Amino acid sequence: MRSMRYWMYQYKRTWRGSITTSFLYPVLYLSAMGLGLGSLIKGRVDGVRYLDFLAPGLLASTAMQIGGNESMYPVMAAIKWLRTYFAMLATPLTVIDVLVGHLAWIALRLLMVTSIYLAIMAAFGTVHSPLAVLAIPVGILTGMAFAAPIAAFAAAQQNDTGFSTIYRFGLIPLFLFSGTFFPIAQLPGWMQPVAQATPLYHGVALCRGLVLGHPGLATAGAHLAYLIVLTLVGFVLAQRTYRRRLVT
Amino acid sequence: MARGLTKRFGDFVAVDGIDFEIGRGESYGLLGPNGAGKTSTMRMIACMSPVSDGTLRVLGMDPAHDGSKIRGRIGIVPQEDTLDLELTVLDNLMVYGRYFDLPRRVIRERAEQLLDFTQLSERAHDKVDPLSGGMKRRLTIARSLISDPEILILDEPTTGLDPQARHLLWDRLYRLKQQGVTQIITTHYMDEAEQLCDRLAVMDGGRFAAEGAPSELIARYSTREVLELRFRDPDTDTADVAMRLEGLAERFEALPDRLLLYTDDGESTLAEVHRLGLSPDSTLIRRSTLEDVFLRLTGRSLVD
Repeated sequence: MRSMRYWMYQYKRTWRGSITTSFLYPVLYLSAMGLGLGSLIKGRVDGVRYLDFLAPGLLASTAMQIGGNESMYPVMAAIKWLRTYFAMLATPLTVIDVLVGHLAWIALRLLMVTSIYLAIMAAFGTVHSPLAVLAIPVGILTGMAFAAPIAAFAAAQQNDTGFSTIYRFGLIPLFLFSGTFFPIAQLPGWMQPVAQATPLYHGVALCRGLVLGHPGLATAGAHLAYLIVLTLVGFVLAQRTYRRRLVT
Repeated sequence: MARGLTKRFGDFVAVDGIDFEIGRGESYGLLGPNGAGKTSTMRMIACMSPVSDGTLRVLGMDPAHDGSKIRGRIGIVPQEDTLDLELTVLDNLMVYGRYFDLPRRVIRERAEQLLDFTQLSERAHDKVDPLSGGMKRRLTIARSLISDPEILILDEPTTGLDPQARHLLWDRLYRLKQQGVTQIITTHYMDEAEQLCDRLAVMDGGRFAAEGAPSELIARYSTREVLELRFRDPDTDTADVAMRLEGLAERFEALPDRLLLYTDDGESTLAEVHRLGLSPDSTLIRRSTLEDVFLRLTGRSLVD
């Protein structure tokens, strides 16, 4: 927890820009894709307006991006460039403190971003159930399901070239094909199980169910379990790679 | 207190079974060429690096079990600064103090005193990035003191600083010593070791080559004075000259253009040299220094 304070100090410097972005992106995406592109889609998508279909998916996707961004370059910087982790380890903090502190900070960022997203969604009239509030913790969980394993990966890297691979073959394809913009039933048959296996699919499906008010208990449980397991596995791996990297 | 302290990285033995004891309030120096094991030793004392073998007790505790507690009572100045360049000088101290769980009010008070102590008060609200190397180093020292430590661990505190900055740092470290803070220092500068350390150890290849007070080491491993004879003619074989002077000094060292004579009385040795009809191009009589001890114990060849 104490190490989380560092990231809060860091954030003092950039919060204005960051908060503005957090407001601006949902507005831009929802108007361009939801209202603009959505106006061309006459029929209903999965039984709802396209805007209603899209909005909760975007929330989950944004959570994924925040989780990914915050656990790549900042982790590398704290190890190599600014060596912040080493400064922390010269104090009573332990490796676990350092890791938990950083992940806690990412969770806090996710809380801010998903809350703002939900507020903007409400302003666009896309919130159809009080259950939508639960999209915030689910968004955080979705972000963490990426942040924890990616932090584990980042701590094992010698330089940042691996990160562009994660964006190119991980985050961007997931963003496009995990059911955010169209139901995965539109994908060719062989791709559907692939899409279903990705973490973002589960985050998107769960958020959509909650915001539209029909989560379906069994499937919701399965989505939740998937995301929790991935987060925990990531955390265990991160513990290992952090220890290997930071304690010599 | 350490017995048989060892640090291994795979097959490589960085610290090879050293014994030492450092008393409270003492200033202890670790000297040695690069790769001698100084930093590894320091990192083990600082509880930042696990001990491979042997026993180590810091403040009466075992780093393997009480690492966090021990670190709470020591201040560390690492070889490379780990300041946050994007935060202000004051914020660097504030956030670091928070790692020790100190109340904000206490940190703020101490931060003001420490910035004053390290002459950084005027830059308190500036970012760290544009500060000079000396200022950053002073800030790192101020930061290491935020927890009011009993032991201060300084890994090459003045490397890369200009003479003014070095003297200011020495002055500050001396004042801390007077306040009773135990200091453990590594350095490449012999004058620094002589200035700051009550006792020091010369490390080489992971072992202690010698240990003692600076004056003791000079007495034990060198003579009171050194006579340097310089020969400008590149064809002069200094080793040959040394042969001719056999018996005039306790020890000779033949360098390409110089011959060093280790002796207790430089003047009379020089008179002898002249009597033997030798006329070096220039001569110099100087007091023996730690540098002579260091070079004798660790050799003159480059290590890396």
